[in-house]
Amino acid sequence: MDMIKKIAVPVGAIIAFLLFWEFIVWVNDWPNYKMASPSDLPPAFARYSHLFIEMGWQTLWRTVAGLGLAVLVGTLLGMAMGFSRIARDALYPLLVGFNAIPKATLVPVIALIFIGQHDFNTVLMAFLISFFPIAVSVGIGLSTLEPEYRDILRSLGASKVTIFRKIALPKTLPEFFGALKVSVTLAFIGTNLVEIVSPHGRGLGALFKSGETNGDYPLMFAVLIALAVLGIVLYYAVVALERIFAGWAERPQG
Amino acid sequence: MTNLIEIKGVTHAYRTKAGPLPVLDNLNVSVPEGEFCAVVGPSGCGKSTLTRLVAGLMKPDRGEVWLHGERVTSPRKTVGMAFQNPVLLEWRTILDNVILPLEIVAPRMPQRDREDRAMHLLEMVGLKGFEGKRPSELSGGMRQRASLCRSIVHKPDVLIMDEPFGALDAFTREDLWQTMRDLRAAEPFTCVLITHDLRESVFLGDQVIVLSGRPARTQHVLTVDLPADRTIESLYTPKATEMLHLLREQIRIAQGRDGDVH
Repeated sequence: MDMIKKIAVPVGAIIAFLLFWEFIVWVNDWPNYKMASPSDLPPAFARYSHLFIEMGWQTLWRTVAGLGLAVLVGTLLGMAMGFSRIARDALYPLLVGFNAIPKATLVPVIALIFIGQHDFNTVLMAFLISFFPIAVSVGIGLSTLEPEYRDILRSLGASKVTIFRKIALPKTLPEFFGALKVSVTLAFIGTNLVEIVSPHGRGLGALFKSGETNGDYPLMFAVLIALAVLGIVLYYAVVALERIFAGWAERPQG
Repeated sequence: MTNLIEIKGVTHAYRTKAGPLPVLDNLNVSVPEGEFCAVVGPSGCGKSTLTRLVAGLMKPDRGEVWLHGERVTSPRKTVGMAFQNPVLLEWRTILDNVILPLEIVAPRMPQRDREDRAMHLLEMVGLKGFEGKRPSELSGGMRQRASLCRSIVHKPDVLIMDEPFGALDAFTREDLWQTMRDLRAAEPFTCVLITHDLRESVFLGDQVIVLSGRPARTQHVLTVDLPADRTIESLYTPKATEMLHLLREQIRIAQGRDGDVH
């Protein structure tokens, strides 16, 4: 019963939303070059299904690659900031300043530096836009570790590596996954940013762009929906990982 | 009987912005093997510093700490620690929390043996049936019991406790005193207990050391002259009352307000 409810409620909400959308377009009698309606979407998907699969895959793998890089570098930066005051004082202003730069401005810069390296550019942008939350939360998680937690193992002569592996790392996991949920969305935005601003015929962003060029509005809307679906898939993939690795942090309700 | 813990002329100061803050001044403490030494003193007098020195987590500016005839310069596997905060790891079950020190101290011990050892202790402190729970599912008193099990699971020579019962209500605290007494009867260890509860110090201690205000010196040493199989009832005997009164008097002196305070 609970299981049915869990699935039925969000699915019902999505259906209600699509009906509402269809209704608004129908009532206003908008043509599909002004606002596509949900019923325009299946034909658009059907017509370009091979493109959706191919380009969706390109967007997906480049986002995941960028996110993976962000996890690696973000965690290392976070560890440096969490364990060393000097590293924290040195890196923080740099990171905050870098994070404040609107990433759209970096697209042409990157495209010029690594000219023609489209996959690399896209992965790089996904990484650049998404590593910051991970670095900050890992850094804060490690630096706020209560000394007693360290002392229970340190008093037994445990090495720093052991203390990190048995205490600091698992204790930081909930913060890490909280940041990862933000980062996964950001990485996705980064990928699409490059695909749209600097199109090179790859990814859903490029498909969107070609829809725009050809005045194919249903295609553009279909791409938006595909992006939303991909975003949901990525987000819930992170949630599933969180359940597996940091499920203990979720207190039973009631 | 040899002295298991020997603290000789230990002086220590913390470096702060306002200059050095002396916390221990020529402190001398001896605890014979198997004895239970309770340390009381005004708050902020350096009691916790003392525990960190004995555990080898810090080095004193001057003086020496000896354990088992060896000078302490770094942490040792033969020490167990318990704090006011039970510091249980939420991602582990109670059983796995208790096993933790064995993973460090006895990496080759079979998991079965580790679990048997931990279960034996959990049973002794009345936590049988709770071994599979998460720390957050237990009450404060139960968590502290689990923390006690963890601190002695690897059979340390020395158990160092820093106000372990400080955050518990009065009755739970008395229950835990009795648990502590029973544990000690079953698993002999030498113990240093930092506390600010005088009744606790008399109930559990073989000797009670009163530290002076900061910087702390040994101000008074009281030998607790009560039978080993004490009950809460023992605290209401004239002898215990007399000792408690004497300790209270010493604390008053340590606080530096003799005479004018009621």
